[in-house]
Amino acid sequence: MYDKTIAEQSRALASGEISSVELTQSYLDRIKQYDGDINSFITVTEELALKQAKAADALRTAGNANAMTGIPVAHKDLFCTEGVKTSCGSKMLDNFIAPYESTVTGKFKDAGAVMLGKTNMDEFAMGSSNENSHYGPVKNPWDKSAIPGGSSGGSAAAVSALLAAGATGTDTGGSIRQPASHCGITGLKPTYGRVSRYGMVAYASSLDQAGPMTRSAEDAAIMLNTMAGFDTRDSTCLNHEVPDYTASLNDSLEGLTIGLPKEYFTAGLDSEVEQQIRNAIAEYEKLGAKVKEVSLPNAELCIPAYYVIAPAEASSNLSRFDGVRFGYRCEDPKDLMDLYIRSRSEGFGEEVKRRIIVGTYALSAGYYDAYYRKAQQIRRLIRDDFLNAFKECDVIMGPNAPTSAFDLGSMSNDPVAMYLSDIYTLSVNLAGLPGLSVPAGMANNRPVGLQIIGQHFDEARLLNIGHCFQQATDWHQKSPALV
Amino acid sequence: MQWETVIGLEIHVQLATKTKIFSGASTAFGAAPNTQACAVDLGLPGILPVVNEEAINMAIKFGLGIDAEINKVNVFERKNYFYPDLPKGYQTTQLEKPIVGAGHVDITLTDGSTKRIRVHHAHLEEDAGKSLHEDFHGMSGIDLNRAGTPLIEIVTEPDIRNAEEAVAFAKKLHSIVTTLGICDGEMSQGSMRFDVNVSVRPKGQKELGTRTETKNLNSFKFMEAAIFKEVERQIELIEDGGTVIQETRLYNGDTGEARSMRSKEEANDYRYFPCPDLLPVIIDDSRLEKLKAEMPEMPDAKKARFITDFGLSDYDAEILSADQATAHYFEATVSVSDDAKLSANWIMGDLSKSLNQNGMSIPESPVSADMLGGLIKRIKDNTISGKIAKEVFEVLWQGECSTADEVIEKKGLKQVTDTGAIEAMIDEVLASNAQQVENYRAAPEDKRGKMIGFFVGQCMKASKGKANPGMVNQILKQKLDG
Repeated sequence: MYDKTIAEQSRALASGEISSVELTQSYLDRIKQYDGDINSFITVTEELALKQAKAADALRTAGNANAMTGIPVAHKDLFCTEGVKTSCGSKMLDNFIAPYESTVTGKFKDAGAVMLGKTNMDEFAMGSSNENSHYGPVKNPWDKSAIPGGSSGGSAAAVSALLAAGATGTDTGGSIRQPASHCGITGLKPTYGRVSRYGMVAYASSLDQAGPMTRSAEDAAIMLNTMAGFDTRDSTCLNHEVPDYTASLNDSLEGLTIGLPKEYFTAGLDSEVEQQIRNAIAEYEKLGAKVKEVSLPNAELCIPAYYVIAPAEASSNLSRFDGVRFGYRCEDPKDLMDLYIRSRSEGFGEEVKRRIIVGTYALSAGYYDAYYRKAQQIRRLIRDDFLNAFKECDVIMGPNAPTSAFDLGSMSNDPVAMYLSDIYTLSVNLAGLPGLSVPAGMANNRPVGLQIIGQHFDEARLLNIGHCFQQATDWHQKSPALV
Repeated sequence: MQWETVIGLEIHVQLATKTKIFSGASTAFGAAPNTQACAVDLGLPGILPVVNEEAINMAIKFGLGIDAEINKVNVFERKNYFYPDLPKGYQTTQLEKPIVGAGHVDITLTDGSTKRIRVHHAHLEEDAGKSLHEDFHGMSGIDLNRAGTPLIEIVTEPDIRNAEEAVAFAKKLHSIVTTLGICDGEMSQGSMRFDVNVSVRPKGQKELGTRTETKNLNSFKFMEAAIFKEVERQIELIEDGGTVIQETRLYNGDTGEARSMRSKEEANDYRYFPCPDLLPVIIDDSRLEKLKAEMPEMPDAKKARFITDFGLSDYDAEILSADQATAHYFEATVSVSDDAKLSANWIMGDLSKSLNQNGMSIPESPVSADMLGGLIKRIKDNTISGKIAKEVFEVLWQGECSTADEVIEKKGLKQVTDTGAIEAMIDEVLASNAQQVENYRAAPEDKRGKMIGFFVGQCMKASKGKANPGMVNQILKQKLDG
């Protein structure tokens, strides 16, 4: 049953074909068997998971179940979970056990979902390869010499390797869509403000957004039904009606206009990846959609704008990790300054320190106007580009990344090259739009995802478009062969 | 050389909200360390701030109270610096778009003149916690109870020219915020803290001198003393050929010592930027109108009314309208006594003397406005004399009785107004002071006025103060002058 989707498992649980305890145990067994190598989990909460599974079964017997009740899921290790370590992939928080529950994980708890554990990630969600984790890199289940993508690499790998029925991720610049693409699963980054950020350890507050990582668009809809909604504890969370995301999955695509940004299909895009994207779009034409070229003239500027705004916010967000109240503290500090300097130098990894320094610089007196303010102006231009493009089309499609997953270690010494690989995903965060990645083939024997970008709060439409593709193709049903 | 002092003030006012500016934790003063700090105040990973709308309302009321512009879109920013009592590593405050824009406060000086002090702006921010350096064996303790307490920081233009004006401004501000009910005004608990920017320049010079900032003065007295000291220091320094350097200074009110805390070069680069966890605060017209409707009578309006309605002097009206509690007490006293002048004298005299001696404020007074009003009523209707009234007041203060009438009744202090009884007493006094009577009668008319005082005194003494002094005077005169 572990190889089935959440929708299928939910039906099996409802019919009594399987219990949540059995289902949970099957995943726990697989984690034991395969994750030593893949390294997708930082913490496996076996005991808690079985306890929750038992409770879920009881809930179901009592007739109080919903689609997520008893479904074993994994949470990215930056959602605070009461009583369970929340490390953020960092030595800094290796000893941190939150005294409270994040809104997202709390909603899954309330729905009766089972938490298998907390997944590996790039430290503080900074990275595109999951190589920046204090707990070691995650391997791509399709090819263990490849990266799984990042920063939600652990969640993507776990779902791809059938170690969890679904997982939560967060996406600040592509951290759900890009690993979903690289691991051959479905990943949705909702509209900024759709899902509460309360209890998510912040990387870049104005960009961070949580979303589901699943094996199908239908599963993403089921998980989003649980995750989405207004939260009085998050001032940036919007009070916008939450539809039933599963209700419109089968709507017809007849008359849908797909925009293809000419800036996304240029020399930098790997030809095999491009071919898979073009094939997927041809599939949509068969389903009744029309295709139109559109333009996002400032697309390239998303990289400098993002790599100013995100580090600037991060440099401030990460100031609280100072060795004073929680987290890592250096041995025998000789005075306050020594405590700060050594706790932070020893507790943070290289990429985190790099971004803190970049962000600190960008906000400094005399540089603010040239960097931060300018980046915010570019952000507005990028958003306007999308809004203009959406006058001509309903959704925008393109790749998630210029290549399929690259080899572990191949870019770790060239941070700028790695930043450049985020070109297709960053602008969606800067504009606050929703973006979905669905499996769309293989390039160089590694999975490729199609990115579908929608208008603000158009998640239901995106999931509908993703689902129709998955009714017509079987890329999402393929799983890596594990040994 | 003639020197001119230029002063600008920055005042931190703690808003009297029940909960903190970005969390639901209580703001009550004096709790055990860290018992009023929730996950938000502790800056735990993943927590998010949510603005306390009551703090916004109070800041708006302040703006309305000083006739300032209210910025309908205002923005919280982060001021980044590391300090152990600053849990998030940044303070959430306002910089480019503060909630309250330019306004003004009019002050009255001792010579009766008034002066307008311009307010540059006022912004909302959160307070930090406290570092405790004693009792931790070489380490420091951190108390985060105060972290997240809402403050408005009020920044004046450099319109103040001396310590007297600075104190008058500070007191007026105290009066405004307490009248508005947005601050408890408890200076000793840090509810109002003053930073004083001081510079001096030769009289007539246009350019400002280099200023220093003395931080965190929490009483009018300390502020006044710190200004005197700093002005003196700067003038001496310049006259000795030195130059003032821009720096932050500390003044210790207990020792009267001042010292440099940090120079401009050591100042932080705070890397301000808009807080991405909070949306801009949008204030719509209906909210503004609602708050306008809730505005109490402000001290200036109240003072004017006290002058016209009660015939008070400018000075009395100023004092009695200065804070909400005093003004209430005064009006309540008048409503019982029906005598504004006597009520004013008693409140500013005996009552405030007793309060000061006991370190109490008006709301803590054991003699309520009702009690004082009842006492004054008995002075007015001649039941007791002013002198006996002081005795009655003392008894009321001690809490032995709950009304003046009860004291008068119990202690038999009712004034003697029976002509027969007073005549008999006077006869006795005159009989036992025959020599003085003779002297009096022998004295010329213009000397007699003074001499009669002796007989009045003897009569009052004989009646234990209860004889009506007016009647004693009158009857004495008749008998002596015959």
